[in-house]
Amino acid sequence: MSASAKPLLQVQRLSAQFTRDAVVSQVVKGISFDIAAGEAVGFVGESGCGKSVTARAMMRLAPEGSSVELGGVVRFDGQDLLQLREADMCDIRGQRIAMVFQDPMTSLNPVLSVGAQIDDIMRRHTGVSRAQARRRTVELLGLVGIRDAARRSEDFPHQFSGGMRQRVLIAMAVSCQPDLLIADEPTTALDVTVQAQILRLLLRLRQELGMALMLITHDFGVIAGMVERVYVMLDGQIVEAGAVDDIFARPQHAYTRALLDAVPRLESAGRLMP
Amino acid sequence: MTTAAAAGQPVLQVRDLSVVFPARRGNPAVKAVDRVSFDIAPGQTLGLVGESGSGKTTTGRAILQLQSATAGSVKLLGQELTTMPRGDLRRMRRHMQFVLQNPYSSLHPRMTVARILTEPLQVHHSVAPAQMPDRITQLMELVGLEPDMVQRYPHEFSGGQRQRIVIARALAVHPDFVVCDEPVSALDVRTQAQIVELLRTLQDKLGLSYLFIAHDLALVRQVAHRVAVMYGGQLVELGDAAQVYETPAHPYTRSLLDAVPIPDPARQRAKLAAAPPEPEFDQHKDPLGPCVFGEDHGRTGNSTWHVVCPGHGVSCRFWPPAAF
Repeated sequence: MSASAKPLLQVQRLSAQFTRDAVVSQVVKGISFDIAAGEAVGFVGESGCGKSVTARAMMRLAPEGSSVELGGVVRFDGQDLLQLREADMCDIRGQRIAMVFQDPMTSLNPVLSVGAQIDDIMRRHTGVSRAQARRRTVELLGLVGIRDAARRSEDFPHQFSGGMRQRVLIAMAVSCQPDLLIADEPTTALDVTVQAQILRLLLRLRQELGMALMLITHDFGVIAGMVERVYVMLDGQIVEAGAVDDIFARPQHAYTRALLDAVPRLESAGRLMP
Repeated sequence: MTTAAAAGQPVLQVRDLSVVFPARRGNPAVKAVDRVSFDIAPGQTLGLVGESGSGKTTTGRAILQLQSATAGSVKLLGQELTTMPRGDLRRMRRHMQFVLQNPYSSLHPRMTVARILTEPLQVHHSVAPAQMPDRITQLMELVGLEPDMVQRYPHEFSGGQRQRIVIARALAVHPDFVVCDEPVSALDVRTQAQIVELLRTLQDKLGLSYLFIAHDLALVRQVAHRVAVMYGGQLVELGDAAQVYETPAHPYTRSLLDAVPIPDPARQRAKLAAAPPEPEFDQHKDPLGPCVFGEDHGRTGNSTWHVVCPGHGVSCRFWPPAAF
């Protein structure tokens, strides 16, 4: 990120502490980072490192049955999201910041057609008419590469394959032209060829819509071609941050090196472990 | 090691294996596995790759006789399994074991590790009761776990440790052949590397043969001596790992290989920016399958197996294709 770029998102000392069944766990331990408008940033780490919780904390989405305590500042376009009233936060979610999760089946309502679900979001956030929303939904489904979009918009989630469902979710996420798209392991449940299609789609949408991207994944291979900067997370903290090319070429932290070394490579049948 | 393996025979011989799921409630019959043939040599790993729905898991289940084959032959250590009486098959199971994807659901949550490891020994009477504790200690050490952890329950272990327990259970009865169905895809990348390394070490030490089923081609590259590619229930390419990875003959194999992300930012950016080199394949829309060399080739008739070079075959009715 160049020094002149204005940060769209500026997170300072973000912490998240969960209490569940009287057990307190500090999952995010005061991390700071920023994302410029239109920038793509990757968050890499293993399960339990706090990368998904970071995204959910920013969006003030807590898992069910837990009480979460957030600390720090999440400054988005001039306002601190952690201080907003819930009603105002609802205007941010989906409209200014949208999310795509790993599992496209559980993120969709099984008893509503996918078109109706996208319509709803646009009508909630942008106040367009039913007819306008319908038109835009069909456009969006076409944009994410679903053929015969007008007819397919009437179909229910179970009538789509995993890759197609993820396209639907992406269409839904970009429907209100968000400034920031958070994609949390968006391709982890998908086949490798479908993964490549979804990655290309995300790149294209970023270009066409000019939105910033926060890509969360455990896979350095997925990160490689998608982002400009990377944050490496371990145990609720950011242990390394830098330009993606620098991180791959000259990882500084032992943990980053270990993660990179563990990525299997197509070219060599060499051993993964030292 | 058994006599058949010692004589240089393949441990596993699969010939024209087919599994058809019959038509049900208006849905047409599904040829999940369609005339699949391959061998696995002693001490070697065959990587079976393909996308979800390609039939690779059903192939593994049909080999283990957990799914009955519609046609074809499966010989383990020279003995035909598909027609074997139940009692004999049960005894034969000592030679073939499996490791499944999810170490959270494949271990009984209310059984201690000691009981989990004892059960196969009892079923197959492979160890005298007095020797059980020693054998269990030995198994724990074999997979890199502390023997004094055996009184614990599965939930007290991490995902990687659980998969080690699953592997120990599979190895308890001294199998010759293990089906590993996506054994590491539920694990973190560093844990994946450790489990893959463990499987490889165990293979060297015990002379095991593996059928290693996975969708991750880069991972399969690390473990497989030979690689089989499945598409729409059929084998479209089979060869030594180096042949298949370095000179893939089938366009579907090439599209799979091309889709694997390269952990190198500059090269991966260039690849994503370029158009995919092969058309998109949809195995569900093209059940007759693997003839994808061109539209003229039509969708009828049987595919033929073409030898690219010794040990390396590709499925297509027209080989070499004019445009290749």
